[in-house]
Amino acid sequence: MIHPPPEISRPAPMLDVRADFPLFAHRPKLVFLDSAASSQKPAAVIQAMADFYAHDYANIHRGAYRLSANATDRFEAVRDQAAQFFGAPSRDGVIFTRNATEAINLVAHSWGQLHLNPGDVVLVSEMEHHANLVPWHLITGQRGARVEAVAMTPDGRLDLEDYGHKLRDLPVKLVALQHVSNALGTVHPARQLVEMAHSYGVPILLDGAQAAPHLPLNLDALGADFYVLSAHKMLGPSGVGLLLARPEALRGMPPYQGGGDMIREVYSQHSTYAPLPHTFEAGTPAIAEVIGFGATLEYLGGLGMARVAAHEHALLSYALQRLGAVDGLQLYGPPDDRCGVVSLNVLGAHAHDVAGFLDEANICVRAGHHCAQPLMRALGVASTVRASFSVYTTPADVDALADALSEIVQFFAETP
Amino acid sequence: MTPPDSAMQALYKQVVMEHYRRPRNFGNLPDATHAEGGHNPSCGDQLQLMLRLDGDRIEDARFTAQGCAISVASASLMTGALKGKTVQEASALILAFTGMVRSGEAAPELGDLAALRGVHTLHTRVKCATLPWQTLQVLLEQVRPQDGA
Repeated sequence: MIHPPPEISRPAPMLDVRADFPLFAHRPKLVFLDSAASSQKPAAVIQAMADFYAHDYANIHRGAYRLSANATDRFEAVRDQAAQFFGAPSRDGVIFTRNATEAINLVAHSWGQLHLNPGDVVLVSEMEHHANLVPWHLITGQRGARVEAVAMTPDGRLDLEDYGHKLRDLPVKLVALQHVSNALGTVHPARQLVEMAHSYGVPILLDGAQAAPHLPLNLDALGADFYVLSAHKMLGPSGVGLLLARPEALRGMPPYQGGGDMIREVYSQHSTYAPLPHTFEAGTPAIAEVIGFGATLEYLGGLGMARVAAHEHALLSYALQRLGAVDGLQLYGPPDDRCGVVSLNVLGAHAHDVAGFLDEANICVRAGHHCAQPLMRALGVASTVRASFSVYTTPADVDALADALSEIVQFFAETP
Repeated sequence: MTPPDSAMQALYKQVVMEHYRRPRNFGNLPDATHAEGGHNPSCGDQLQLMLRLDGDRIEDARFTAQGCAISVASASLMTGALKGKTVQEASALILAFTGMVRSGEAAPELGDLAALRGVHTLHTRVKCATLPWQTLQVLLEQVRPQDGA
């Protein structure tokens, strides 16, 4: 073990929650630095789902018996809890989906079908991950509209000047931007992005998949028309995403999918639809997982999102110092306005090879284009190694990463 | 005392780095009769494979690639092994190679390619090693209809 150089001091961890996560008891040597892909789950969340399945399970919204009514109440209570946790303007604008990707697809198809016409522009950015690009490619292709991208600055921020120019000069019908970059961790100025879009009368969707796990949010104050996120990236179960919308923004939008639960009356030849939020929730949802997500919000609320943000910020600063002191590493992304994500390359080595060596040292990272190929092109690389943090990440994890990377740099330098 | 090499270090030291740093048959083949691009969408690796066939026989093979050390080493060794082989022999080699990186068993016809046997212990890297071979498979499918004609 190589110790940190004396001028870099280890931060005292703000949070000490590793014991809450059973995976680490089972795998004590694991250094898990891929939380941006999907986070680990606290016992409270796992237990809430197991208890529900063992004691209280029934389908919701349809059983003529108390067990089903109770399950319905618990499911709907999570909707209220989520509205409160994220400061959503109304519970009618809290829609459960499978994940953030499905929430974006819902808006793209339903809103796009209603509002997009030939020649219209959906404005994205060069930094988006594919989930906030491909749905727009699909719907604009169907509607004769097109997608334009805001440029990024060389250090990995949104080019706000270009954003302003494109809003002014192009027939923009909708803005769809990430709140936080999944590949670089850049935290974009969300309030400013919303205000600029609204000053041109353009509604805005923010992709909060990488923001919701790390930052306190108040969507009512933020003012975005649509905000999407995924439970599995924020200590919650997989299979649950959220679309948080201002109810006015949803008005008139046709259902995204047809089926049970989203109807008012169905005849053989036609049907009418249930009011918000059920219009957009066809079929049996991930009931136990939504209840698990309720436990997630309770857990995160107990920690406090401000403390979560401070913990990850302290780790990020430490990581940037430790990795910055390793010769032979190229780090990407801005020096500040960052969440707990570090993207890097070992000079002369491919990201995939580096990730393979890290895996041998029991360190889990992601390597590749992070589903953000336009961003990689803008950086002029094919791929990067990405280490990402969460509440359970410790300074020792950062040390393990920095030490292993030092050895990998050495290996590639010494091996002919 | 220096610690023993890990499985990965050993594999890289034995063969991978040598072919990664100095890939054989790297570059364009201007008189290629067949070419095919390969792409691994999960990591973004790209490869272009070019062959010059005379009837059923592979006279020359070259590639260009933007990829990790294992995929480049695999392409470097593969193109070397292909020269002089018939389409049928090349197809048999694809099966033998993909079998080896999955099972760890190296068939005798693999020759130098047996040096990549260690990939079978690195589950996440099997795709890297097989990218050139999958590209070859697609390329050879272009060849076969002409054989029957």
